[in-house]
Amino acid sequence: MRWREAANKIATVYFWAIGILIICILAWFLARILGAGLPHLSWKFVTGMPQELTAGGGVGPHLFNSFYILVLSMLFSAPIGIGAGIYLTVYAKKNRFTELVRISVEVLSSVPSIVFGLFGALLFVNWMGLKFSILGGAATLALLNLPILVRVTEESLSSVPSAYWSASLALGSTRWQGIRNVLIPAALPGLITGITLVAGRALGETAVLIYTAGTSVSRFFPDFNPLAMGETLAVHLWYVGSTSLAPDAAEIAEGSAALLIIVVLLFNLLIALPSRLLQKKLSGDK
Amino acid sequence: MSNMMQAKATLRAAETGRENAGKWSRRQKRKDDAMRRVFVGSSILVTLIIFSLIAFVGYQGLLTFKDVTPGEFFLSTDWSPTAQEPKFGAFAFLYSTILLTLLSVVFAVPIALSGAVFMAKIAPKWMRELLRPAADLFVGIPSVVYGLIGLTVIIPFLADVFGGIGYGILPASIILAVMILPTILSISEDTLRALPKRLEEASMALGATRWQTIWRVLLPSATSGIMTAVVLGMGRAIGETMAVFMVIGNSPKIPSSLLDSTTVLTTAIVKDMANTFYGTTWNNALYLMALLLLVVSLSLIIVIRVFSKRSETK
Repeated sequence: MRWREAANKIATVYFWAIGILIICILAWFLARILGAGLPHLSWKFVTGMPQELTAGGGVGPHLFNSFYILVLSMLFSAPIGIGAGIYLTVYAKKNRFTELVRISVEVLSSVPSIVFGLFGALLFVNWMGLKFSILGGAATLALLNLPILVRVTEESLSSVPSAYWSASLALGSTRWQGIRNVLIPAALPGLITGITLVAGRALGETAVLIYTAGTSVSRFFPDFNPLAMGETLAVHLWYVGSTSLAPDAAEIAEGSAALLIIVVLLFNLLIALPSRLLQKKLSGDK
Repeated sequence: MSNMMQAKATLRAAETGRENAGKWSRRQKRKDDAMRRVFVGSSILVTLIIFSLIAFVGYQGLLTFKDVTPGEFFLSTDWSPTAQEPKFGAFAFLYSTILLTLLSVVFAVPIALSGAVFMAKIAPKWMRELLRPAADLFVGIPSVVYGLIGLTVIIPFLADVFGGIGYGILPASIILAVMILPTILSISEDTLRALPKRLEEASMALGATRWQTIWRVLLPSATSGIMTAVVLGMGRAIGETMAVFMVIGNSPKIPSSLLDSTTVLTTAIVKDMANTFYGTTWNNALYLMALLLLVVSLSLIIVIRVFSKRSETK
């Protein structure tokens, strides 16, 4: 009897310790990245041009490219991803085709990003002749976003109470009217959260972009030409972290990492969290 | 708040309905059909993408076997693509990939499972609300940043403690373990939480302590969900590229120890891709490695399907 209770106590202590350990690892991660990187962040660093051989280079074009590629890739993937998500929630019957689409999404979301990178290098860079370009990178990144977007759409649409949908149809709306006027507005908070998380993840993606968007930037800044090379911030971080010749490569890497983390955190905190809270309120969480 | 939302949606539905009392007009019908086609089209496109991915990468990869025998590629450890007589033996990459994946899963699973049990059954509400977003954040951190931490913190530390350069499978598996931790944790937690309440109540009513309930009742009944979580984490570890690239050392050989420089499939692709031209055997060999990665992730999906089927039939 004694022993059982002692074991129970030990287990409780152990589980608490693990929980605290996990939080500590994350806190330490953030502290370490921000602590090492923040001192290097300055206006000049965030907006300046990069230097290959001398110290004092900035990451302005990389930051710009990151967002440019992100926006383009979302433009490519969001309509298709959301469309397929709507199909799966609203139209899909239980048949072979639906099953095929579901398996495709599942497989697509498990494909390693480097494989997407090679596929993009083959399809967009070589065959379509886009060379290493912002457009090629964005198109490849869109493939990576696609399955997550489908999933996010499906999840947020199916969390809408089915009574809304029945009511809309019962009142004589067409399916499309029901989707546009009832389902999508009601699912919007979840949809926005999901899309933000996808965007945050796409922003840090590297393996997909090295051999599709390239590892150097245009001489002009800002350069909106979608056929220009488009090294993003994350790719730049990898490049300076492993191969750069600049004497201050370590500082640039740490500064870029801090900048990247800040942007990802902002995405999470500014957009995802409030909308999650909103969703909680709307759904009357107990 | 939720009532308002509902009322609003009902109102919207009502308005939609009033516009076309009774039947759909021909224009509405046409638009509805068009939009349905758009949605079906999107779904077909998603399916097409995965099939063309498999076809293109597969075709390009299999071209390797025109010049290299499967025996050489899979069994030889001689990777010297620039030699006079180029050799394309990828066994070392395969070996390291498997070793690295297993090791990182071994590191991650105990912590992730304990974390999942803690979050699902022990943690008070405020702690859970702290841990959930924390786990989400872990996932959101870009892999290059993990790599940089490995490069600037873990490698110097390992070099200090064990001597040598510190690069190799050990630092890579530590980094990967941290990266797959949230995946395994959150899926296992969901599974534990979804278990029927009566299991726990019955166990407690029989006089079991909380620990006995967790160990003898909850964890065994959650096995299939936990296996799914572990397999997903494994898939993530196999496919991870950038973080591993920065800490593994990248020599194309079988490592003599866990702290010896080596190369895995993903990093071999990243490292060599820049030096090759489209259409060469070397380039094709890299596509063959990508095909292997693709095949592995496909088979993991099948494994997961089998697990979830099994839990359905239970």
